[in-house]
Amino acid sequence: MASSQPIPATRARSRMQRFFASEFFHNYKRNLSAVLGSLIVLGFLVMVTIGPLIVSQNPYDVSQLDLMAAFKPPAWLAGGSSEYWLGTDGQGRDVLASIVYGSRISLIIGLVAMGGACLLGTTLGLIAGFYGGRLDAVIMRIADIQLSFPSVLTALFLMSAFGTGLDKVLIALISVGWVVYARTVRGSTLRETQKEYVQAARVSGLPNRKIILRHVLPNVLTPLIVVATIQVGTFVLIEASLSFLGVGVPVTQPSLGLLIKNGFDVLFSGLWWVSIFPGLFIMLLVFGINLLGDFLRDELNPRLK
Amino acid sequence: MIKRLIQMVIVLWAVSVLVFVMMSFTGDPTFMMVPLDATDEQIAQARRILGLDESHLVQYWRFLSNIAQGDFGRSFVFRQPAMTLILERLPATLEIVFLAMVMALLVAIPLGVYAGANPKKPASRAVMAGSLIGISLPGFWLGMVLIFVVAVKLQWLPSSGRGPTTEWLGMRVSFTSWEGFRHLILPAITLSVGTLAILMRIIRAEMVEVMKQDYIKFARAKGAPAKVILFKHGLKNALIPLVTVFGLMLGDLIAFATLTETIFAWPGIGKLLVDSIYRGDRPVIVVYLMFVALMFVVVNFIVDVCYALIDPRIKIK
Repeated sequence: MASSQPIPATRARSRMQRFFASEFFHNYKRNLSAVLGSLIVLGFLVMVTIGPLIVSQNPYDVSQLDLMAAFKPPAWLAGGSSEYWLGTDGQGRDVLASIVYGSRISLIIGLVAMGGACLLGTTLGLIAGFYGGRLDAVIMRIADIQLSFPSVLTALFLMSAFGTGLDKVLIALISVGWVVYARTVRGSTLRETQKEYVQAARVSGLPNRKIILRHVLPNVLTPLIVVATIQVGTFVLIEASLSFLGVGVPVTQPSLGLLIKNGFDVLFSGLWWVSIFPGLFIMLLVFGINLLGDFLRDELNPRLK
Repeated sequence: MIKRLIQMVIVLWAVSVLVFVMMSFTGDPTFMMVPLDATDEQIAQARRILGLDESHLVQYWRFLSNIAQGDFGRSFVFRQPAMTLILERLPATLEIVFLAMVMALLVAIPLGVYAGANPKKPASRAVMAGSLIGISLPGFWLGMVLIFVVAVKLQWLPSSGRGPTTEWLGMRVSFTSWEGFRHLILPAITLSVGTLAILMRIIRAEMVEVMKQDYIKFARAKGAPAKVILFKHGLKNALIPLVTVFGLMLGDLIAFATLTETIFAWPGIGKLLVDSIYRGDRPVIVVYLMFVALMFVVVNFIVDVCYALIDPRIKIK
């Protein structure tokens, strides 16, 4: 993504200005779906950070709940009140407030698990690619075996052994998510170590650890940006599935998936808003992430240009 | 070929170790078996009967040799061989998985070919946006929307259960009667959406690549009709890589069947797994995993063989 204009010698232009003048930003501006995707993601980030200050109640503070207001439909339907835009659930919880707090948990899980998986996978991928040999064979065979199982199933199995809990969901997601980084990084590391700059660093007697961190690592990171972006969405979906099956987050920290599960019980009575809205928000969030991921893939993959 | 078979056995062995380790280091099933007021001696006796008083190595050896002899243990809940439970419920799952796969292919191929052959048209962009939404939505949630709209509001189709079944080739199936088929429709649609969206994107990407090839340009130059170019030259070559994703597709469908079956109260192996997890019915979970692992390994092997048969440039490693 070289800047389209030469960098002025005066250094008058800040990093920010250079970014706005870059080809990357130029393409971004013209790509409607990329802008839409980033707006959706940004919207969610704003919602989970300042949303709790805006919504009228903390849905998990029992003293703020009003049982008289249970099962109110959304505001625009008969019987709805403007106090509860998206209606209320069986305990008189504001569905919108639940969604704001639930999105926070879903998003935190998605981001933290992605970070963990990225760290673990990149480390193992670097080790496998740089040192090769038996270590490489063991790591990659484990990756192969794991890839032959769908992630949801592996995560479900792990959760059935661990029991519910936020920390356990994170461990399960990291255990299924590291593989894709390890594979990508190993591939790029193999290519990079053949190149002259790495050989030069070797000849100059730099210790392996430094070669890996200072020379190889920065050059294998770019493809990971796409993988990491899309993985946040995947993790949000897997977590929702786990929580829906009752083996994900605990009831005291409900994610969007658990909200859907709670609403499912009353769906047959026609009280659709309790479960349908949280799902709609999951879809919106993951859709935004995927739009952004698609754009990044096209932009960062030089082969497609 | 032989190397590939040995690899399959190693994979299955690794799965068995993993399953055993996870299962034996997480909780003690004895307490699920004995009454709450059991004395220490009764608990110790139960542990002896279950073989839990021996070392993990001895337990693993017994576990492995039992499997080798076709003994997969009995369900704590049903007091039946766990394998029998799985095999009884397998046709129900295969039924929705198969129907979902057919639906996904029938929709994904035409749309994918269209979007790949005309990448710039607005309709193609709409198809791509639709497929992105299909990937982004939680499948089980879509099932709930369908239940609410089609079953609860419109009352067109039943919302849960399997409906009447008949015997067919020794299996109990429901697609043979109209009422049974009606029960199949919603679960199959729910299950197919994710796969459909992914397939469509793969086919589109392949078509875009294939349509750039020289033999397509040549066919155009010699004046072959557009339809022949699209389907005979284009699609035929675009479909080859599709064979490799078949195993992946089946895996996803089996995995997501756990959710779909739970929503629609569909009595398949996915619901059995979820119920067994709730009840702590360890033998059933173990057999489910071993069975599914075996299935994936075999399917992937067949896929590799087929791939080599279709495309002679590829050799089985």
